Amino acid sequence: MTNTAENLDLAEETRIKPYTMNFGPQHPAAHGVLRLVLELEGEIVERADPHIGLLHRGTEKLIEHKTYLQAVPYFDRLDYVAPMNQEHAFALAVEKLLGITAPPRAQYIRVLFCELGRILNHILNITTYALDVGALTPALWGFEEREKGMEFYERVSGARLHANYFRPGGVHQDLPAGLADDMAAWCDALPKFLDDLESLLTNNRIFKQRTVDIGVVNAEQALDWGFSGPMLRASGVAWDLRKSQPYESYADMTFDIPVGKTGDCYARYLVRMAEMRESLKIMKQALEKMPQGPVKVDDRKVAPPTRAEMKSSMEAMIHHFKLYTEGYHVPAGETYTAVEAPKGEFAVYLVADGTNKPYKCKIRAPGFAHLQAFEFMAKGHQLADAVAIIGSLDIVFGEIDR
Amino acid sequence: MACCSFKRRSRGRTHALPAESLQTLSDHITGKIGKRISGAEFAKDELVLWTALSDLPAVLVFLRDDPACDFKLLMDITAVDYPARAADADKGRFEIVYNLLSLRLNQRIRIKLYANEDTTIPSATAIFSAAGWFEREVWDMYGIVFDGNADLRRILTDYGFEGHPLRKDFPLTGYVELRYDEELKRVVYEPVKLTQDFRSFDFLSPWEAMTAVQLPGDEKAVKPAHGWKATK
Repeated sequence: MTNTAENLDLAEETRIKPYTMNFGPQHPAAHGVLRLVLELEGEIVERADPHIGLLHRGTEKLIEHKTYLQAVPYFDRLDYVAPMNQEHAFALAVEKLLGITAPPRAQYIRVLFCELGRILNHILNITTYALDVGALTPALWGFEEREKGMEFYERVSGARLHANYFRPGGVHQDLPAGLADDMAAWCDALPKFLDDLESLLTNNRIFKQRTVDIGVVNAEQALDWGFSGPMLRASGVAWDLRKSQPYESYADMTFDIPVGKTGDCYARYLVRMAEMRESLKIMKQALEKMPQGPVKVDDRKVAPPTRAEMKSSMEAMIHHFKLYTEGYHVPAGETYTAVEAPKGEFAVYLVADGTNKPYKCKIRAPGFAHLQAFEFMAKGHQLADAVAIIGSLDIVFGEIDR
Repeated sequence: MACCSFKRRSRGRTHALPAESLQTLSDHITGKIGKRISGAEFAKDELVLWTALSDLPAVLVFLRDDPACDFKLLMDITAVDYPARAADADKGRFEIVYNLLSLRLNQRIRIKLYANEDTTIPSATAIFSAAGWFEREVWDMYGIVFDGNADLRRILTDYGFEGHPLRKDFPLTGYVELRYDEELKRVVYEPVKLTQDFRSFDFLSPWEAMTAVQLPGDEKAVKPAHGWKATK
């Protein structure tokens, strides 16, 4: 694999000095603000040192100074490609410490939007990845579908990206009228788009030349480097938190976990592609089986009263005021709660000290562990392959830098 | 009715790890390496094991390699700062937290140990490759040194940053801010200037909060810790 100068048996005088190159932080293929210091021997990557933190905003510190409810929007700004999936982890962690469970309808809505988030994430990843390795059309097609999906985000929460929709105790509001039908129609139409996308890439000779056998990670290495999500499954490890430790209403859903065989960039693409179809299955089931009922827990100490109630009830008014100033107190305790985010295991390690603010909130971002393994994956590859590997890692700097 | 039965089922499932198997696991571990485990507790159906500094590598290796444990994945390393504990000789200012996952057992486990500012933690990079950046982050955020980590540079903060931001005594606003200087044609650092004082609202109770904050006209009451002060 490695064609270093020694292997090529070049004469001493033609040998090139290792060349240090700065890749990023403003580079379209760096998927954000990644500064990559590459040491190149010719075109071969000898050493890669990712410098991260250019998007560090101190999220964890800020959350320590905010009430539990005020902390939710920070999670949208982590992996801003699939915001609701991150909110989900925080909502579940707080619910676990409070000892409450979201009502069934809220659980179905959450699953529905988590899977929508997964599809939106994978569309963005696959199409920009294709762009990195030379295919423009998938990105043009993909963004149109993504826009339709983000409209659903907007209709349910009022925002295309920073939704702030999943709250501890349920979701902010019920689905607006007609949204369920439109989402069902979108679910029926999307497979056609996925077929088209696959016809562009899966058997595309150039795409395969750029991705097959590039950045191979076997199962043991994937575990050693703390991989999760599609990165782990592409290496042949059948592991998905939605199946193995089902949270919310995932246990009621019928779906399969696609597992790759080769652990290369191409396998990661195939896994994500297949995952979108499974997510569609889950969305359809969630829409079909969605029960009627409340979308927030019926506890005024955690979930705010309705506007209408506040107009007539003094008590509701007081509850509303207390919730939006003081917030609620979470009993002392700690939990490590993980969800299967589109990029892998996204977890929140939450320590509560009995006050209205988290004492500590550590965010475990899947991309952090994946990017760490970049040097190990890219060593000995060509510079252009490094770009393909970054694309296949599916990194978003919001969550890596926090 | 349907609602109730659903709730019960889902409650059992959302936190799917059955407590009995965790208890078995805990017994197995304390049976095998009980000397190295200083305490085992269950926090919200999650198993927490306490260990000592010198025993950490052995515990991690055991958990990774023992066929009945098989914790192959290191998911996270972090620390929690409790400044009040710094004086406590048995404990220490920081708790270092390792979160492990076993795919085969479908279980999670948490390893904890105490550390102080001057404690050097043995690095886990030789046991889990994933530990490298997690340890760099703990060093960056808390200033805890890991012995054996070959690349213990700062990771998230700026080049040349001073201090460890996630320590409780580090102010939320930080110490320096930066701007582009038109004359020097470069980015310059300056001490943070706040246009108004940083206000931390103590909402623990609206009434208790009033005892700590001085209100105008209330000067004769208690001496204020912070808040409005009479001007002469």
